[in-house]
Amino acid sequence: MSTQISNDTLIDMHRRMVRIRLFEETAGKMMEDGKIPGALHLYVGEEAVAGGVMVHLSDEDQITSTHRGHGHLIAKGGEFDQMFAELYGRSTGYCKGKGGSMHISNMELGILGANGIVGGGPPIAMGAAFGNKFLKNNKVAVCFFGDGASNEGSFHEAANMAGLYKLPVVFVCENNGFGEYTPQANHQAIVDVADRAAGYGMPGVIVDGMDAVAVYEAAGEAVDRARSGKGPTLLECKTYRFFDHVGVRGMGLTYRSDEEVERWKKRDPILLMEERLLEQKVLSAEQIKAVHDITSEEVLAGIKFAEESPFPDPSSLTEDVYA
Amino acid sequence: MTVKTMTAAINEAIDQEMGRDDRVFVAGEDVRVGGPFGTEAGLHAKYGDKRIVNTAISELALTGIGVGAAAVGLRPIIEIMIMDFVSVAMDQIVNQMAKMKYMLGGQARLPIVVTTHAGIDSSSAAQHSGSLEAWFCHVPGLKVVMPSNAYDAKGLLTAAIQDDNPVIYISNKRCMQTSSEVPDESYALPLGVADVKRVGSDVTVVAIGRLVLDALTAAEELAKEGINLEVIDPRTLSPMDTTTIVKSVQKTNRAVVAHEAVRNCGIGAEIAATIADEAFDFLDAPVKRVGAPFTPVPFAPLLEKQYLPGAQDIVAAVRSLYH
Repeated sequence: MSTQISNDTLIDMHRRMVRIRLFEETAGKMMEDGKIPGALHLYVGEEAVAGGVMVHLSDEDQITSTHRGHGHLIAKGGEFDQMFAELYGRSTGYCKGKGGSMHISNMELGILGANGIVGGGPPIAMGAAFGNKFLKNNKVAVCFFGDGASNEGSFHEAANMAGLYKLPVVFVCENNGFGEYTPQANHQAIVDVADRAAGYGMPGVIVDGMDAVAVYEAAGEAVDRARSGKGPTLLECKTYRFFDHVGVRGMGLTYRSDEEVERWKKRDPILLMEERLLEQKVLSAEQIKAVHDITSEEVLAGIKFAEESPFPDPSSLTEDVYA
Repeated sequence: MTVKTMTAAINEAIDQEMGRDDRVFVAGEDVRVGGPFGTEAGLHAKYGDKRIVNTAISELALTGIGVGAAAVGLRPIIEIMIMDFVSVAMDQIVNQMAKMKYMLGGQARLPIVVTTHAGIDSSSAAQHSGSLEAWFCHVPGLKVVMPSNAYDAKGLLTAAIQDDNPVIYISNKRCMQTSSEVPDESYALPLGVADVKRVGSDVTVVAIGRLVLDALTAAEELAKEGINLEVIDPRTLSPMDTTTIVKSVQKTNRAVVAHEAVRNCGIGAEIAATIADEAFDFLDAPVKRVGAPFTPVPFAPLLEKQYLPGAQDIVAAVRSLYH
């Protein structure tokens, strides 16, 4: 099936994934250097999921994001300048410095919030899909959530309602094997979150979440199914978080082995994609390097923009509470 | 002008707003058959499944329909059948709809009305009798409306549906059975404006919901003793029209606040504190609070009657100001 993917799409996905990786690596460093306040939940290792899903969506389609949401915003077209400015708490950020990492969103790109509440997104994505069906606007809502969130009652309620009304929504489970520091085996009795789909009358599909092409193919079917009025899909992407729950090195808690991390890193989604690009002669090594170089420059420009941006005016504290 | 029950007035406001604006819809449990209180009576026949949306018993997802659909441009009315059930929906109300605009730096606009039915009515016991308005007054981003009569109910609900903010609209069940003159045509009463229900000179009684009616009964009784009550109904609890309240206390020099909710940390405490802050020098006596005792609502009719604050409690509180 992979032969059906155009070279342009492969290049597009690769570019989105590299943008996530380089943004996140630098953001993590800035946080641990004390330049970015608060906690960052970084997306490194999971890039194939956002990359493989988002190429199917237009700016008009909606997503709900999570506390680990930078990757979703970048893959949906977020600009580094406004993103770094938000992480730095500056007034030029996407949320004027009021949301920060956990709520970073651009509604013009169809992002209906990134959520600090695990499981906060599914009811909103379902509601947006309800609105899309009501308005007959042909838009699809995609809900990103984790294996941890799949245990929240909000997921169950939202999935039930989505199945009941056959709403144009795709539930994309980023199963990275951990709910914060608790391994999946210690937080749910099942191995495959996709098993739960049967309870909601929707297909449950499992894909290799380190392989952007596999994600692309499965997400394409799920998005088409939603858009054509056939209802929701639960798409489980088996992936892995290379960094800690918070930051890069994190709190140094013992909850997984170095061997396990190294084993997953051998299947780094960006390396897998670049091997494919080289093998299929889609891009040369030089062209791949150029993608990284250009992105690195954009990262530096984004940092510069953020550091030169003004802090929020004290008068803005009480603005935007009410319309 | 026709005499209507508060239930009929609410029904009329919903009907007229749905007629005026195609984006308005109602979602809730059993609304297809008119809702358990009759607030949607006849509306399904007129507007069909699309706009009178009968949902599963699933308050969190139901509220998520509101948040998501509002985020994509609709104007949902979300009916939470009984106020105690809001606890199931709290994350979507408190963390999502109330905060989204602020967290996203003003990007979101969520015109949602959450309607619910509060208070004691015929031995419904501890999980079907709550008056929980104070919970929501503590949350920035929400407006809270609680009418005491049919005329206000229609005008305030019309305004709430037209408002671009999330509004929690609370109907006291025993008020819903009362009637008053209500214009047949549509009208909106501004949110955040109190109404002086009885002009008086001796004691200001600030009462909420059903206790407004009880305060008027108390006023008749106390008039015989030569004590002339001024009865103020804030109507909107957040934002509250403190100007009208403070001005009244400056005239009467005495104040009682009264609500059906438990006294501890009730909205009455906030009103009393505001009077202390802004009219301390005018007070001839402490501000007295009338509210339910600090227990769950009991079942047995005798205990329920004992629990329920009413006119006699207001009379006693007023008399205590003169000792």
